[in-house]
Amino acid sequence: MIDAAAAIRLSLESALVATLLGLPLAVALGYALARVPFRGKAIVSAAVVGPLVLPPVVTGLLLLRLLGRQAPLGRLLDAVGLPVPFTLLGVIVAALVVGLPLFVAAARGAFEAIDPRYEEVSWTLGVSPWRTFLTVTLPLALPGLLAGAVLAFARALGEFGATVVLAGNMEGRTRTIALAVYALLDLPEGDAAMEELVGVSLLLALGAMVGYEALSRWQRRRLELDRVDQGAGRAAR
Amino acid sequence: MTAVVEIDVALEVGALRLSLRLSSGARRLAICGPSGAGKSSALRVLAGLPPRAVGRVSALGETWQDSERRAFVPAWRRGVGWVPQEAHLLPHRSVRENLCWGMGEAGAAAGPAVAEVAARLEIAALLDRRPRHLSGGERQRVALARALLRQPRLLLLDEPLSALDRGHRGRVAAVIDAYAREHAVPLVLVSHDERDVASLADEVWEMDEGQLRRLTPAAS
Repeated sequence: MIDAAAAIRLSLESALVATLLGLPLAVALGYALARVPFRGKAIVSAAVVGPLVLPPVVTGLLLLRLLGRQAPLGRLLDAVGLPVPFTLLGVIVAALVVGLPLFVAAARGAFEAIDPRYEEVSWTLGVSPWRTFLTVTLPLALPGLLAGAVLAFARALGEFGATVVLAGNMEGRTRTIALAVYALLDLPEGDAAMEELVGVSLLLALGAMVGYEALSRWQRRRLELDRVDQGAGRAAR
Repeated sequence: MTAVVEIDVALEVGALRLSLRLSSGARRLAICGPSGAGKSSALRVLAGLPPRAVGRVSALGETWQDSERRAFVPAWRRGVGWVPQEAHLLPHRSVRENLCWGMGEAGAAAGPAVAEVAARLEIAALLDRRPRHLSGGERQRVALARALLRQPRLLLLDEPLSALDRGHRGRVAAVIDAYAREHAVPLVLVSHDERDVASLADEVWEMDEGQLRRLTPAAS
């Protein structure tokens, strides 16, 4: 018996937690890639894209090797009561990792679009770089960051390959929407649950598309003025 | 005569190599020169903004940078009023909020000062508008007001009158001049426009091929 409602709830919860955990990572990585010169930037930039270009099953396998009970990091997590393989945490980790490239790319794009002179003006007004980041940079990038969150959330919802390898397909524990649909393919009596899961997936995807587009437009509107400003400045210099 | 600003730095801005040496006791100093000569970089060096130059910078009797002794006073501790060529007003904030940018708690108490500066710069009617609804000249005056409200110890003005129409040019120049005199604040002005320089500066330096040279009064 496959419980569609449980799968939907599990998917939404794990995708939400993965997105919330990904936010600080995406902000830090996106900002560093957009603004901070550091050695090995090209490597970090390429590595972040990794989960986007790797087959998700391979990503799951690599995660299992890193976080499985045979690996030092996995043993450590197990010892502190946070076992990853075949647990809800595994679902969250898989969702986080596959969603992160989209999140970081969106965050990086949002930060790159902000003219650094906003921050410089803020410094000369006596505001420290940290407070400037919180009160100037983050608010200017906010719509773009939220757009990235929507993409990462949607990607996390649809995750299949990495999840099935790292977390398995266990009813009520690690069975997300995608895994439930896959399990239902083999069950001739599961049509109603299948329709429900597919319908919810389509609705969520539609919501994500509309949300992403609205947030992207908000970001462009928010920074529209600075594009005009920059253009005028270039012409005058 | 004691120096108000002293610069002796080398820096690279893109493909441009600048070697800036300037020592001036003038309280109203102008740097002129053609576009792209690196004039704005001289102001950025004084403001403590990137790219980091190598050398010495001092102003108002304080050392702001000494690369040999690894001393550097960051931009947020210099107390300068930097008015960049483009206003860079926060697009999602009203003019009033832009004027109180970074004041924190003090912003609420700054009402009378905001009103006074806004009246002098003829932007009082714009306080509740968003920057996207302002003209280039209005934005430039808001940026100037934003800098003056912080009671800077040194004004750094990058083409401060360039976006203004003829009527406002003279009036805004008069506001800058009066503010600098009333508050005894020295100013460094960058401009390619001789009229700005004539109305606002006592001493004029020229930026040419990456170097600074005093034009007037002529070196003795």
